[in-house]
Amino acid sequence: MNQILGEQSIAFEQSSYIIGDACIAGEKEGQGPYKNEFDKIETDPYFGQDSWEEAESQLQLQTAALALEKTGLTSRDIRYIFAGDLLGQNIATSFGLMDLNRPLFGLYGACSTLGESLSLGSMAISGGFADKVMCLTSSHFGSAEKQFRFPLEYGNQRPLSATWTVTGSGAFILSSEPPRAGASVRITGITTGAITDYGITDSMNMGAAMAPAACDTIFKNLQDFSRMPEDYDKIITGDLGSIGQEILIKLLRDKGYDISDRHLDCGIEIFDADTQDTHAGGSGCGCSACMLSAHILKQLRAGVWKRVLLVPTGALLSTVSFNEGQSVPGIAHGVVLESA
Amino acid sequence: MANISKTQQQQYNDYVSQVTPTHNTLLNICKAFLTGGIICLIGQGVLHLCRQLDLGKDISGAWTSLSLIFLSALLTGLNIFPSIAKFGGAGALVPITGFANSIAAPAIEFQKEGQVFGIGCKIFTIAGPVILYGLVTSSGLGLIYYILTLIGVA
Repeated sequence: MNQILGEQSIAFEQSSYIIGDACIAGEKEGQGPYKNEFDKIETDPYFGQDSWEEAESQLQLQTAALALEKTGLTSRDIRYIFAGDLLGQNIATSFGLMDLNRPLFGLYGACSTLGESLSLGSMAISGGFADKVMCLTSSHFGSAEKQFRFPLEYGNQRPLSATWTVTGSGAFILSSEPPRAGASVRITGITTGAITDYGITDSMNMGAAMAPAACDTIFKNLQDFSRMPEDYDKIITGDLGSIGQEILIKLLRDKGYDISDRHLDCGIEIFDADTQDTHAGGSGCGCSACMLSAHILKQLRAGVWKRVLLVPTGALLSTVSFNEGQSVPGIAHGVVLESA
Repeated sequence: MANISKTQQQQYNDYVSQVTPTHNTLLNICKAFLTGGIICLIGQGVLHLCRQLDLGKDISGAWTSLSLIFLSALLTGLNIFPSIAKFGGAGALVPITGFANSIAAPAIEFQKEGQVFGIGCKIFTIAGPVILYGLVTSSGLGLIYYILTLIGVA
């Protein structure tokens, strides 16, 4: 059973099914266009904890618990967890999911981590190494600003290209068996992205840093699967924002593919840029995770979309490499989702 | 994709700066002038008040700085200062109010990491360079001034 496809892709012989999911979003996200679609909106930015980091851990734990509850499972049913966040040493994940006491792979791919976790989770299932796994990512505005930018109370002017880190988390339960009832979504293939570096040094323009990575992954996916953009109902990137979207469409047009009529970006979708003062859009690994759970899976289950290419995008930024004069490389992982 | 030539990188960066919108500089300058002007007006008011109370010139100056620092730190703690800085930009950041904010903000943010490793180590993460290089520059200028007095120029 050769499932290896083209240069960077896998076409699964046995698809994995997303049998359950949940998302919890913060207050600002809960005032955005998708306010009625999140499972839960938490208005306390500290999630009842003392620090931003503990808050994000609590957010992860609550999201994982909600996904299990909605699916009618307990943590014992989960073989592996593939999870990650944006903080140094993945502390939101390690402290948040510790109490679940399940085998865990901690992942870091910046905001592309959702794609990484879904890819590895579906590989584990399709390869026969697990029957049920949980894929989970989170981000928190407070902890991300503290780690990557300035203290929250520091006064400064954000450039128009800056993005707003989403406070939110999404958890997805993948299984080798379809759900007992109702429509379901399958992961039928993946395209794993390579790191691209076009020498962008502006850490406040992450859309520009990530757009070439998204372009590369989408291009490879279309090549490897011998598909055209029309074979997907939507091609959805993670958090390119409005500037990144414009660049991505141009870069892919240069390579001969026009995705302008079917491209969506979770970062542009999750906030209303005109009224919420978020500038280029939302970002963070909670952004694509919330949008996948709140919107994309629902559209697939309802059959509005049949096949979607989800491409969470990550800017591999560190304050250390940035201060040492390095550029901001990008990475993006493609996951093919189909309604089943 | 790793082997992208310098020319390609340059072309991409040029293209990116074309499509990236920026703030309106003229509008920002006006807002900064207004905000900075109001802050200086408040400072001038305090100075006048002190002089009215017959405090000396130096003491009045010190009270003026102290009042502005206190106000800025208070507004930082109440999370009002970031909105003023977002509107006024350099108008809010260049006066002593910006300096006070840059010290108060990390103190609040890193308080969770403890008195020593949190506040102690990180309170000057933003203001540190200003303090360090301010001291270095003033020492250098002091030395030049001293030499000039020795040779009788100043």
